[in-house]
Order: sequence, then C-alpha cells, then structure tokens
Amino acid sequence: MIENPMISFPLLILFLPLLSFLILIFFGKRLPRQGDWVAVGSIVFTFLLAVYLFVQMLMNYNPDFSNSASISWIDLGAFKINLGILIDNLTIVMLLIVTLVSSCTHIFSLEYMKGDIRYNRYYAYLGLFTFSMNGIVLADNLISMYMSWELVGVSSYLLIGHWFEKDSAANASKKAFLTNRVGDIGFFIGIMLLYSAVGAFAFSPIFESISTGESIAGATLTIAGLGIFMGAVGKSSQFPLHIWLPDAMEGPTPVSALMHAATMVAAGVYMCVRLFPIFTPGALTVIAYVGGITAILAAITAITQNDIKKVLAYSTVSQLGFMVLAVGTGVYTAAFFHLLTHAMFKANLFYCSGSVIHSMHHALHEAHDHDTDPQDMRNMGGFKEKMPVTYYSMLISTLAIAGVPLFSGFLSKDAILAGTLAFAQHHPEHFLLPLFGFSAAAITAFYMFRLIFMTFHGKPNMKSIFKDIHESPNVMTGPIVLLGTLSFFIFYTLPSNFNPIKDKGWFTDLIVPRNSSVPGSLTANEIAEYAHHAHYLAMGLSIAVASVGILLAVLMYFTKTLSAKNISARFGFLYDWSLNKFYFDENYNRFLYQPFMRLANTVSWIDWEFYDKYFINGFGRLTKLFSNASGKFDYDGIDQGLVDGFGRVSGIAGKFLRNIQTGRLQNYLLFVVAGILVIIIAQAF
Amino acid sequence: MENILSLLIWIPILGAIVVAFLPRDNENLVRYTSAAVTGLQFVVAIVLWRKFDPLNGSMQFMERYEWIPSLNISYILGVDGLSLPMVLLTAMLFFIGVFVSWNIKKAVKGYFALYLLLNAGVVGVFLSLDFFLFYIFWEVMLLPMYFLIGMWGGPQREYAAIKFFLYTLFGSVLMLIGILGLYFTCGKTFDILLIMERAPEALDGVLWWGMSAAKVIWVLVFIGFAIKVPVFPFHTWLPLAHVEAPTAISVLLAGILLKLGVYGIIRVNYGIMPDQVYWFAGGLAFLGLVNVLWGGLCALAQTDLKKLVAYSSINHMGYSLLGMAAVVAAGEMNGGDLKAAQAGLSGAVFQMFNHGTISAMLFILVGVVYERAHHRDIDGFGGLASQMPIYTGITALAFFAGLGLPGFSGFVSEAMCFIGAFPVFKTIVILSTIGILLNAAYFLWAFQRVFFGKLNEKYKDMEEINSLELFTVIPLAIITLFFGLYPGPYLDLIKSTMDQIIEKIAFVATYAVM
Repeated sequence: MIENPMISFPLLILFLPLLSFLILIFFGKRLPRQGDWVAVGSIVFTFLLAVYLFVQMLMNYNPDFSNSASISWIDLGAFKINLGILIDNLTIVMLLIVTLVSSCTHIFSLEYMKGDIRYNRYYAYLGLFTFSMNGIVLADNLISMYMSWELVGVSSYLLIGHWFEKDSAANASKKAFLTNRVGDIGFFIGIMLLYSAVGAFAFSPIFESISTGESIAGATLTIAGLGIFMGAVGKSSQFPLHIWLPDAMEGPTPVSALMHAATMVAAGVYMCVRLFPIFTPGALTVIAYVGGITAILAAITAITQNDIKKVLAYSTVSQLGFMVLAVGTGVYTAAFFHLLTHAMFKANLFYCSGSVIHSMHHALHEAHDHDTDPQDMRNMGGFKEKMPVTYYSMLISTLAIAGVPLFSGFLSKDAILAGTLAFAQHHPEHFLLPLFGFSAAAITAFYMFRLIFMTFHGKPNMKSIFKDIHESPNVMTGPIVLLGTLSFFIFYTLPSNFNPIKDKGWFTDLIVPRNSSVPGSLTANEIAEYAHHAHYLAMGLSIAVASVGILLAVLMYFTKTLSAKNISARFGFLYDWSLNKFYFDENYNRFLYQPFMRLANTVSWIDWEFYDKYFINGFGRLTKLFSNASGKFDYDGIDQGLVDGFGRVSGIAGKFLRNIQTGRLQNYLLFVVAGILVIIIAQAF
Repeated sequence: MENILSLLIWIPILGAIVVAFLPRDNENLVRYTSAAVTGLQFVVAIVLWRKFDPLNGSMQFMERYEWIPSLNISYILGVDGLSLPMVLLTAMLFFIGVFVSWNIKKAVKGYFALYLLLNAGVVGVFLSLDFFLFYIFWEVMLLPMYFLIGMWGGPQREYAAIKFFLYTLFGSVLMLIGILGLYFTCGKTFDILLIMERAPEALDGVLWWGMSAAKVIWVLVFIGFAIKVPVFPFHTWLPLAHVEAPTAISVLLAGILLKLGVYGIIRVNYGIMPDQVYWFAGGLAFLGLVNVLWGGLCALAQTDLKKLVAYSSINHMGYSLLGMAAVVAAGEMNGGDLKAAQAGLSGAVFQMFNHGTISAMLFILVGVVYERAHHRDIDGFGGLASQMPIYTGITALAFFAGLGLPGFSGFVSEAMCFIGAFPVFKTIVILSTIGILLNAAYFLWAFQRVFFGKLNEKYKDMEEINSLELFTVIPLAIITLFFGLYPGPYLDLIKSTMDQIIEKIAFVATYAVM
C-alpha cells in the first residue's frame, strides 16, 4: 500500500511538516538561521508532492477517483477506532491549496518575521499547523478529523498569541481557542449521535447506513448534522461564533493569510463539503441561513472599519458565509470552488496588506513614531507610486473578490449566487437567501474598493512618513505576484488533459457533486439542473451589483463626489452598528461571559465558604458537642453513678457470696455440675 | 518470582524499617536509600508487567496463605488487568516522588520512612484479594498520609490533615460495615474471589430493616470509595489537602490515592454486586455530571494555582464516573450495546491512569514555581514565558494534556467515556460536554495570567526549571504523549479483564432489579 504514490505521497505531505515542527521546537535555536530553511524546505517539498498529485489527477481523468488506507488505533473487540486517510479529487485540490499557501507564507515570513524574538518557534508552529490542517483534509473518519480539528485550534492559539507580551494578543488567542471549543462541543455531540446510531466513525459506512434510512433519520439526523455543522460554525467563524476571527488579526500577518483567510477557516467549509451527504433538508436550511446572515452582517461591518486587516478579516467572514450559504442551498461544489479561488485571492490580499504594514512599520520606525497605528488606513493614502507591485497585485485580487468578470472570484461567486437563486425559485419562502447573497456581493465590491482607494490612491495622509514608504523585497513580492496572477479566471477553466467534455474547466470536470445520502433529498443532477436555469439571471444580477458597489466606492473615495460623512450620518443606527460590529462582543460579555464568571464564583463560594465550612465542618462541631455531652454523661452518670454503683453493689454481693465460698471441694464440684446442667438445658431448648 | 506480588509490598516496608534505622544526620543516605527502594520496586513492577499475560482476564500471580484460620482470614494477593496498570503507576510515581521530595529539609528520615510505608499501603490495597488484608492496607495508607500532610505541609497543615483523616475514616467505617455485611451473608469469608462467586445468590432477596441488603452494602461501600475519588458531595477534603500537602504528596494524592476510589468501586461494587450496577448507574452518571460541572466551575474561580489543579481533579474524575456508568449499555434492556460498554469501562479505567500521569505533572510543575516564588497566586505572576521558556513549554504541554487535547492520552480516555456513556445517558452526556469548554477555559485563562503579558519585574531573575525537576516531569510527559498517539498497548493490557467485568454485568441483566 505504501508503494502506491497515491498513499505514500499524501502521507509524506502530512508528516513532513510535523517533522519540521519537532526539529525546530527542540533544536531550532541551535541550527543556522534558526532552522528556517528546514521549515521552508520541507513545506516546498510537500508542495511539489501536491503538484505531482494534482498533475496526476489532471492527466488521468477520473471524477470518481478514491483511494484510502487505515490502521487500527483502538480495538477492544466490539469497540474499534481506525485512523485513516482518504484521497480523492477533493482532497488533492485541498492539499494543493494548503501546501501552496503555506509555502507562500513560509517564504513571505523570511522577510516579514526577520529578527523576531521567537523566529524558530514561529516556523515550528507553522509546521504544526500545516500538519494539522492536512490532517483534516486527509481524514477518512470523524475521529481523525476531530483530532486534527483541535490541533488546528492549538496551532492557531499559538500563532495568534505569538507576540504574547501584548495583552491583546494573549486575549485574542484565548478567545479564538475557546470560541472554537464551543463549536467543537457540537461537533463532538454530532459524532456521538452518529456513532451510537451507525456504529462506525468512517465516512463511507456512515453514508451507506444513512442511505438505508434505518439506522438514523429524521430529527435525530438533523440534530446530528447540525451538531457537526456547529464545529464548522466555530472554525469557519460563522454567525454567532464569528467573534474570534477579527481579533485573531493580532497574529503576524502572514499567519492571517495562511490560517485566517485561506486554510484554517476554510476547514469548516471543507468539512461541510466532505460530509454533505449526511445533511437533511432541514439541517441544510439552517446552514443556508447561518451562511447568509454571516455574509451580510460581516459585509456591513467591513464597510466602516479603518484597520486594513480588520476590513480583510470581516471580508473573510463574509466570504466564508457565502460558501456556507452555498452548502446550505445544495450547490456544495460551488462552495468548494469559492474556497479554492478565495484561498488564492484572499491570501494575496493579506500578503499585500502585510507588505503595506511592513513598509509602514519601517517608515514609522525611521520617523521614531511609536504611537501611530501602522494598520490604520487613515494614516495611508497615495501608496500606489511607492509600492507598484503590491498595488497592482492587490487590485487584481480585489477585482476577483468583487466578482468582476475575467477574474476567478466571478466564476465561483456566480456559481454560488445561481445556486441560491435557484433554491429560492423552488422555495419562494426562502427569498431572503438570494437577497442576502446579492446584497453582500454588492457591499463586498464597495468596501474592497474603499480599501484600495484609501490605501493607494489620493494624497498621502501622513507626509512625515511617506518618503520612507518602499516596495517590499523580493521574498515578499514573489508570493504576491504569484497569488495575484492566480486571481485570473483562466487557471480555473483550463480543460484537463484527457477530458472528453471540452467545454468545461478541470474543476467542474473533476469535482463532481454527489447525491445526498439522506433518502428523499434532491439528487445532485436536479440541483445542478435548477442552478443551470438560474445561471444567466444570476450572472446578470451579480455583474450589476458588483458594478453598483464599485461605482459607489469610486464616487465616495476616489472622485469624492459623494461625501462619506454625509451618507454615514444619514444611515444613523446602521452606521453605528456597523462601526461597533453589531455590539456582539459587548453583548456576549454582558449576557454570557460575565454571568458565567459570576456563576463560577458563586459555585466556588458555595463549595468552599458555605458547604465545606458550615455543612461539613458542622458535622465536626456536632460531633464535638455530642462528645462533650457524652463525656459528661460518661463521668457523672456512668463512672460516678454506675461504675461506682457497681462497686457498692459488688461490695454487698461479696458479703453475700462469702457464704458460698466454703472452701470445700465437694461444694465447688456441685456448683460446676449444676452449671453444666444449666448450660445443657439451655442449649437443648 | 513466585512471590513477586509480596515482593512489591514488602520491599517498601523493609525499606521503611531500614530508613528508620539509618543515622539521623546523614540525610543524603536516607534519600538515596529511598530512591533505591522505590527504584527496586519499580523494576519489580516492570518485571511483573512483562510476565503478565494480557489475554487472561482472571487473577494472575496469586498467592494464598492461611493467616487467622479461626476467622477465615487469609493472606491472598493477585493481579489482573485492572490492578496491574495501577501498580505500575504507583511504583513509578513513588519513584519519581522521591526526587520531587529531594529538597525536603525537615526530619528527612521520618518523612521517607512514612513515605515508604504509604507506598506499601497503596500497593497492598491494589493487590490484596482478602477483605481483611485489604482493609488493613487501606488503614495503613491513612496514617502515614495524615503525618505527611500534618507535619510537612503548608501553613494550615494540621487542619488539612485532620480533615483528610476524619473524612477518610468516616468512609472506611462505612466500608467496614459493608465488608462485615458481606462476611456474614456470604458464609463467613473475607476471600474476595469467593465472595464474588457467592454474593449474587447469598444476597438475593435478603432484607435488612426492610431494605435490600445488597443495596445497603452497595451504598456503604460506595461512600467509602466515593470519598477517595472524590465524588461530589464528599470532595471538600481534597482542595484543602492538596493545597497544604508538600508537592510530592500532592502528586501521590492526585496521581494514585484518588484512583483507589475508582478501583475500589470497580473491584468491589461492580465485581461483587454486578446486579446492582443497573440500579445505581443512573445515579453514578449523574454524579459524574455534577463532578464535571462543579469541579470545572470551581476551578475557573480559583486564584491559587494548586487549588485550581485540585479542582481540576474533581472535574476529571467526573469523566471516569461517566464512563463507569456506561457498562450498563451491555444489559439486555439497553439493547446489549457491547461497543458502548467497552468504550465506557475501558475509558474510565484509562482515564484514571491518564489523570494519574497528567495531574502528577501539573502538581510537580506548580511545585516548581512555588519553590521559586513562594506563592501560588495566579494573578501574582505574569509574563513568565519570557523568562522561563522551557518551563513555559512543558507547562503548556501539561495544560494542553489536561484540557484534553488530541495527541495526549487524556483526550482518548475522555472521548471513550463520553462515547460509551452516550447511548444510555444522552442528556447527562450532552450536559457534561460543557466540561470540555470549562477545561479549556480554566487552563488557558490561568496560563495566560501566569505566562503571558509583560514580565513581572519581581521575577526577572527567576531561575529556569532545573534538570532534577525536568527529570521528574519528562517521563510523565512522554507517557502522556505516547498513549495519546498510540493507546493500543494500554488498552490491550486491560481488555480481557474489562471484558470479564462487562460479561458478568451483562449476564446478570436478566434478573437485575432496576
């Protein structure tokens, strides 16, 4: 089995980054250059392996390709857990995404993190993350997936908290982990529900068992599906657990690009895609609404943010909402398509913002200014001439995310919107879903161009530092150019080599939607058919909304024909809510976190100050009282009264008994015989 | 090698006597002797493990000698898959504990003599198969512990020691009544194996004061063990005893002495009265839930690092109780779900081992920082990560193991307990999954307050963890990681014995009274 490159290469891809983690964490400090070459070397090598797998996939056209291997991990006779990996086209594409973006981040960080106090540990944690992320991607069962899932959470914790001297970073890392754990509780309950019904953890027996409709169905299956989905809500930062992702921007920017844009947060979507067959129509409806609400809420919030990374963070949340919406409306391959294109352009947007921030840092350092926020867009402006490579690459990716034709995002977003529209056409009561989708798309175009204009166009807002703004060095612009290029549509629509149907791209050919396992669901063909009918309308609408968004941004932030101030004043409370992120953090703090801490303190107080001090020690006091009383009784009553009384009595008895003690043997014998007789008689009855 | 079990018990007793006769002023000699004695015992325990046949679920290496024939009291020892891992853990932790105690300055000779006596008591409880012997070892354990806390402990040591003593004594008295009840109903014998055979029939239908004798005995014995676990509401001795005890004694308390409770419930309650398990399992699962939530919430509110770890023990033993309750899944009325029963019971037994290693690690690490700062106030540190990177790293590892991160053994056993208990106790399990969040919350919050942020000026010269301290923690970390990645070896060791227990409980399901 190991000889098969389709098994051994994925295993290498999985474990090489782990090896790099171990080497760097133990010996990193002692290696030349703190061992960054170990990390970069191993990740680039895994990327090449992933490319090999990808090319193999393109060359040997087979949409049903699937390969798996597993080992027994726990075997108690009846209770068994096998850990295994599953390689199909979905996995291969995902491995390519992870290793590509991870490689870019490793290379980008060579410059961005240069001179960092914990340089070796930074690279070590990147390895741990890549390992765990690939673990999720390759899992063929719920337990492996859950384990990698949690490990991803830890690597995220470690990397967000990389600069833990800052309280904000330490808080953000804890918040990310705990928010994810809330989702993981649901995930685990889902696993238990499925296992107790099906008796297996691996995906394929679960799908099979569900399709019979006998082991688990109806409300139980819906709850199980929603439990599992809760894990995705946490990891993919969906409403109402989306609060951790914007804070996670405390981590180094290349980390944000890798984890909090392209891969880790996409894990939730990947999981939904992988497990799509288990979701009942009821569960899917909930999923669609969660995605839709997330998409629109986060988009609205992004409008008013001034921190360049915060805009991108909310944008990520919103785009993930799109993907989840697509899963919910049944077009889950569209969700995966968007995951792919989004990974490229969003990672690039983060690298570009990193390039800008790096340059700002440098310039502020030169000016001995330690108070100005290097991430605040109000301190930027006019960077276009100074940083042309960053500018053009970022512009391309912005066009992609805005959904402009000829760019990658247009294709995937269009597929999602078509699916959503088709869903609403067949279920008119869910008219809100396409409304969420199209409005979020319009807003996306708007806030992204706002970002571009505020950062790169207009006059420099801080003249003092403007002269020191420079384009970043090659190790940083390299990934920027690469991923910027990958924002063009052509890379996603090239036909695969031995493709019998030439009019489609490799993606549509090779990632084919499967039927749901849940009896009575729409088939994949029906869903595709409906979406196909809605396609042209959706395309027209999405171009229209993108144009409106871009146009508004141009008018407000480029030509300044419209005053942003006046318009925001007119929106009143909506502006306020957007600026304050809909007060999620404040309300969670007030209604969840604080009551919870009060509960903990109360319980602890009851336990220690009340229960133990009064109840348990009360027993002690009672015993003491009782023993005092019994002591008194013992001495006054028993000792003085009874025992001494006995003394007196025996004195009297002695006098009497003296008469029996005659000293004659015959008399004694007589007493003995009489005694024995009494005993025998007593025994007999 | 025929008397290998006796060897395990008598090595430390002889050691204690030898230590008692060593010259008082040569403290290092006392330390090295203790290390040698516990080391020897550890080697014997490893030999036992290598010779143990894991495919045989019954008692092995049995020894049987007449002792007090007139009362049918014998000296019976034996080991099976339930006790063997605990014996190994005991031998290992006592060996490590000698090095944790290396810096004890006060009355070194007395300390180590009592320490070795405690060792003998614990191993004796795990190995004895005669109730009289069992009870004697149970009490032998109590006395040294009382002195070890009361003389070498913190400022409130005397209060803590007497509380620990009275709590446990209360439990042992109830247990003694239960044991005597079994003695008189099962044909006047203390032989545990014999009682196991006879009890279901002998107790069937017997009423005491209008109550089923089996239930009365169950409850009496259970309370005795529950105090050790500790099960809510018998838990308040634990935080106090832990906080006041010297580091090594906290390690042993959490690592081994708590396990005697779970061990006793499985050996005595489950083994002797399997038909009553069905009656009590619901309550047990509920107590597990309360332990998980109560312990977790209390841990979250603590400001003393050691007390936090102490409450985390209560929280973690709750998972074990949940897993133990899961055996009833094997009963007919619950659909004969063997998978769940196996997952639950093995999970519970695995969890007690894992908590043994993880909490030992946690207490040692708390001891390290206490040694340097002379306080344990979580808010009184701050930023230690910049000053002590190795200590921070290994503490992070221990905390992550404690919060049940995959890759560490705690995750495997907790997941097994949950999965096992789920089919029968759905609501209770779902509620107790909140514990997963609580675990993470109290550990990460404490971690942040101690290690993150700006370095507290007071501790800018704090010394990094030294090699002796590392030597005590690293083996535990390796075990935790090893079983987290590859739990097979442990589970294979206990599998046959667990299957026997489950089989018995499944078998009696036909006539068990709910």
